[in-house]
Amino acid sequence: MAKITFIQHNGKSQDIEATNGGTVMEAATKHNVPGIDADCGGACACATCHVYVDDAWLSKLNPMGSMEESMLDFADNVQPNSRLSCQIVVTEDLDGLVVTVPESQF
Amino acid sequence: MALAKLENILIIGAGQAASQAANSLRQLGFQGRIRIFGNEGQPPYQRPPLSKAYMLGQMPAERLFFKAEEQWEKDNIDLKIDEEIISIDAVNKSIKSKTGNQYEYDKLIIATGSKVRHLPAQGAQLSGVHYLKTIKDSDDLGAELDNAKNLVIIGAGYIGLEVAACAQKKGLNVTIIEAAPRILARVASPELSQFYENVHESAGVKILTQSGVAKINGAQKVESVTLGDGTNIDADVVLIGIGIIPNDEIAKSAGIICNNGIDVDENAKTSNPDIYACGDCANRMVDLYGQRMRLESVHNAIEQAKLAAANIMGQNAPKLDVPWFWSDQYDLKLQIAGLAIGATKTIIRGDMAARKFALFHIDDENRILAIDAINSPPEFLVGKNLIAARAKIAPHILQDTNISVKELANHAQN
Ligand SMILES: Cc1cc2nc3c(=O)[nH]c(=O)nc-3n(C[C@H](O)[C@H](O)[C@H](O)COP(=O)(O)OP(=O)(O)OC[C@H]3O[C@@H](n4cnc5c(N)ncnc54)[C@H](O)[C@@H]3O)c2cc1C
Ligand code: FES
Repeated sequence: MAKITFIQHNGKSQDIEATNGGTVMEAATKHNVPGIDADCGGACACATCHVYVDDAWLSKLNPMGSMEESMLDFADNVQPNSRLSCQIVVTEDLDGLVVTVPESQF
Repeated sequence: MALAKLENILIIGAGQAASQAANSLRQLGFQGRIRIFGNEGQPPYQRPPLSKAYMLGQMPAERLFFKAEEQWEKDNIDLKIDEEIISIDAVNKSIKSKTGNQYEYDKLIIATGSKVRHLPAQGAQLSGVHYLKTIKDSDDLGAELDNAKNLVIIGAGYIGLEVAACAQKKGLNVTIIEAAPRILARVASPELSQFYENVHESAGVKILTQSGVAKINGAQKVESVTLGDGTNIDADVVLIGIGIIPNDEIAKSAGIICNNGIDVDENAKTSNPDIYACGDCANRMVDLYGQRMRLESVHNAIEQAKLAAANIMGQNAPKLDVPWFWSDQYDLKLQIAGLAIGATKTIIRGDMAARKFALFHIDDENRILAIDAINSPPEFLVGKNLIAARAKIAPHILQDTNISVKELANHAQN
């Protein structure tokens, strides 16, 4: 298990216990984190699970695949710390991870 | 105007649309009671992986479920996963279950989905013959594939092709039998069909188009499939994937207007003002193409559920997206935006041989109606916006990969 903090654009935050081997997106949808619609259920096909990852954590995540990279090239409001949360695999090492949900996803 | 009483919302069906409708109602601030009635004995789950990652054993079952059971409780959404609904009394605003229980509603959402179309052939009841709709179907089929040699797939739609790719990876001999002259005939352009035919054939899958099934043979368990021309194909497992039928019977019996699914308006409302329908079971108007149709996709289920929830809560309808769909086969991700209805030309952008390209389907005025993107998310994401804007772009621009996808919109004609 890893604790993940989701911060909303209005500053509200929510701590969630995420299961190892699952994805950050699944942790969010299973606990109703607003703004993470995940329409394609994690198939890397919709970009509705976009998050900003706290800089301190970026290097600890599994690297981006080429599909994720090109989806993010064209998603809305992309920043250097953008990821698709359905492509971030939860491990013990991510305990304490902090991500922010873009305002445009509300 | 006084608001009508709104305390009890019932949702029939416990799938993609039901789950979204309940969540959206809560997100929009509905405080009353929500009850979801299912008949699979499972909390709501997503189906797409059933013919993809889950079937390959790359995704554990718990990842299929949208939410943990405790979360449904926390959200105060009452899940009755073994309570099949058999009738709606639209006059007294109540529904009745198979077990004899009756529930009253202020608003009712029908999200019953669809059932598989059965093949009316001799032998279709034999053991080893499968359909694919539920987790259980996927488990049963997947288990048999692990011990089988020859898989015959009847029907070359997306589900059939995805299972073909899975079975190929598992080392089976796979034969696909399709009645139409090409695979994906009902849902894809000839160019896309041709591409996937090549992909599957080069992976070793045998494809027989314009072939009908005469009968399925075997004592108890399937042994072979006989085609219309008498050819016999060995099979120890058969998958039938020849389309779906909307679950609209209980709506019909309640006097709700149905034409190939439950007719709904732009707010997912049926002919009865207190009853909504969304997902595979509904037949909706798609303005972009000026037609009523039934869409069988996750996007459609989610969108219509959001429309129903917004309308019930007296809120403006959310912005509509262009219909879209995806399919994973081998190392290929297909993303489709729009529908090629009325298209007269297909423009290829990118390199088909390199398996990274997009097909733009345009009409006589160069208006982009649909895009099939293979391993090309940029074309898909930008293309969705172009389709929504009804943009017209000349073929020589569309196919010029020196013009970046982002710039395409700048070349739109008036
Ligand atoms: C194997 C497979 C792969 C797919 N892949 C994709 C894909 O890649 N991309 C995509 O966009 N779409 C895909 N789809 C389609 C997508 O899953 C459906 O369009 C979507 O699930 C429709 O949602 P729904 O809520 O309308 O129906 P469902 O999710 O089917 O839910 C309906 C539920 O209602 C229940 N029910 C029916 N009648 C009653 C009753 N009287 N009482 C109680 N319960 C009842 C049903 O048993 C079912 O559980 C796939 C479908 C399958 C089967
Ligand atoms: S859930 Fe669709 S891309 Fe992540």
